[in-house]
Amino acid sequence: MSETILEIKDLHVSFTTYGGEVQAVRGVNVTLNRGETLAIVGESGCGKTVTSQSIMRLTAGNITKGSIRFKGKDLTRLTEKQMRDIRGSDISMIFQDPMTSLNPTLTVGKQIIEGVERHQNISRHDAERLALEIFDWVGIANGKERLKQYPHQFSGGMRQRIMIAMALVCKPSILIADEPTTALDVTIQAQILELFKEIQRETGVSIILITHDMGVVAQVSDRIAIMYAGKVVEIGRRKDIFYRPQHPYTKGLLHSIPRMDSEEDELIPIPGTPPDLFSPPKGCPFVARCPFAMEVCEQYQPITTAISSDHAVDCWLQDERAKQVTFTGEV
Amino acid sequence: MVTYILRRFGAMIITLWLIVTLTFFLMHLAPGSPFNQERNTNAAVQKNLMEHYHLNEPIAFQYLSYLKSLLHFDFGMSITQPGQTVNGLLAQGFPVSFELGMMTLVVAVLSGVILGVLAALKHNGIIDYLAMTLAVIGISVPNFIMATLLIQELAVHWHVLPAATWSSPKHVILPTIALATGPMAIIARLTRSSMLEVLTQDYIRTARAKGLSPYKIVVRHALRNALLPVVTILGTLTAGILTGSFVIEKIFAIPGMGKYFVDSINSRDYFVIMGTTVFYSGFLIIMLFLVDIAYGFLDPRIKLHKKEG
Repeated sequence: MSETILEIKDLHVSFTTYGGEVQAVRGVNVTLNRGETLAIVGESGCGKTVTSQSIMRLTAGNITKGSIRFKGKDLTRLTEKQMRDIRGSDISMIFQDPMTSLNPTLTVGKQIIEGVERHQNISRHDAERLALEIFDWVGIANGKERLKQYPHQFSGGMRQRIMIAMALVCKPSILIADEPTTALDVTIQAQILELFKEIQRETGVSIILITHDMGVVAQVSDRIAIMYAGKVVEIGRRKDIFYRPQHPYTKGLLHSIPRMDSEEDELIPIPGTPPDLFSPPKGCPFVARCPFAMEVCEQYQPITTAISSDHAVDCWLQDERAKQVTFTGEV
Repeated sequence: MVTYILRRFGAMIITLWLIVTLTFFLMHLAPGSPFNQERNTNAAVQKNLMEHYHLNEPIAFQYLSYLKSLLHFDFGMSITQPGQTVNGLLAQGFPVSFELGMMTLVVAVLSGVILGVLAALKHNGIIDYLAMTLAVIGISVPNFIMATLLIQELAVHWHVLPAATWSSPKHVILPTIALATGPMAIIARLTRSSMLEVLTQDYIRTARAKGLSPYKIVVRHALRNALLPVVTILGTLTAGILTGSFVIEKIFAIPGMGKYFVDSINSRDYFVIMGTTVFYSGFLIIMLFLVDIAYGFLDPRIKLHKKEG
């Protein structure tokens, strides 16, 4: 069993809005092991981005409950100043849109070097050398000239490489990538994912990959957490999730992937919409969309059932008290 | 870059020529002449004077000869102030006006930007409301009202500062404040709104994710981008300060160019009208040009040397 580097326990995050309190994250439990890639998957608004930004304490929401343990510290209890020492140094983050995530008026070199100078006590010259090395490493040729250029002089894929370089330059132990390939076209997407794998092989960095793209997940993840309505509904190794999905929502997600090898012409969407998180449902959040909903699902939140040592699901169907049926139909 | 500057320079010359032409003919279209004001000079004297200043020649001829003298930067003689050349008047007045204008610009930009940034950082807080109240007052109170209020309170009532004239650094304070409040208010509002917008940008989040301090984020990442629209309006604001200075110079009895400009129009002193107009326009055109150049330096996405698209 590999070493746990980050442990999120019972994380609750809510946003205060004019309309009331939105409970975006409602009790997330996730662990991240050293050197692995954990994919957090879910549809828009399920709380995956809020969860990841809570780790960095960059979310605009309030962490109302729970803990995030990293290197013996609870990140939710650190002061803003202590947190700044961790950001970009121990934990780095890459954002969805490389077109807008770089400052248009500073050269990319400056933007990389300022991070180095913030966290490492080295000379400007050494910082520049480091930036050059990292550029070379993420696959940007002509680093010396490229460092002096502005973001608008780079393509989307190149800018995402710059974001990756920026995130990795201080050798973090955790890299959070929030939909890093969503804004890129498919060929560039493949290159960037390949780069992630290579980086991980060489540095042993743990990666949290936030995405809604099951294709991306299949390519790079070791473990997968499926989020729905602010909760992790199923978590397991990649093979568990893809071949032995237990939660009806996970099954629905897998069925909604377009396939080349299938007879069907149409995609099968999951009917319905996620619940309103202003007033979260009393029971299972998926109950209204679930084809197997039982009476208990309406009334009680499902408890976590361990399927195997590293595969767990929040669903009453998997509870030992549920009637055991053989699953036949399509979801 | 060089071709851009040359092209801009050509356009500047054409603009200036249009201004000269329009002013020249409008001025001659206006009723009255420099010599028939409230005085019954006899016809012979009038005729002599007209001949002396070539005012009896056909208007086209006058226009061409004026253009010719402009090429040598010769603005001619003042009619109402005998013995004074227009160049001489400008040389006396310009340094004073320039000092007042520059002081105003510096005060307006500095205080406007600081107010705007503070307001944006404390968005919807008490500093924000105070700054914006100040800005609304600055925009809605005209500078001549501001000037008289300042004189009334600080000079007449409290005797803190001199009421008028231009002889010591103390004399600079009141006119500068009176002239700067309007532009300051505009800059403060603009800085606030563009700062608020910039602070929500993705690259600010990136900067935070790097662990940078709030100070660094504001100064390095936000302010520079937020100031771009401010730089854009600097050109127009300069124009506002120039025209404002006519009134302010008059109120504070400051011996700048504005005084000659206003007086010359009243007395139909043709050459002074032309001289001051050309000078002001030229100055303004150059300021606008400098703003464009500065813009190119601030925002690397703007390329001055070639047109895109």
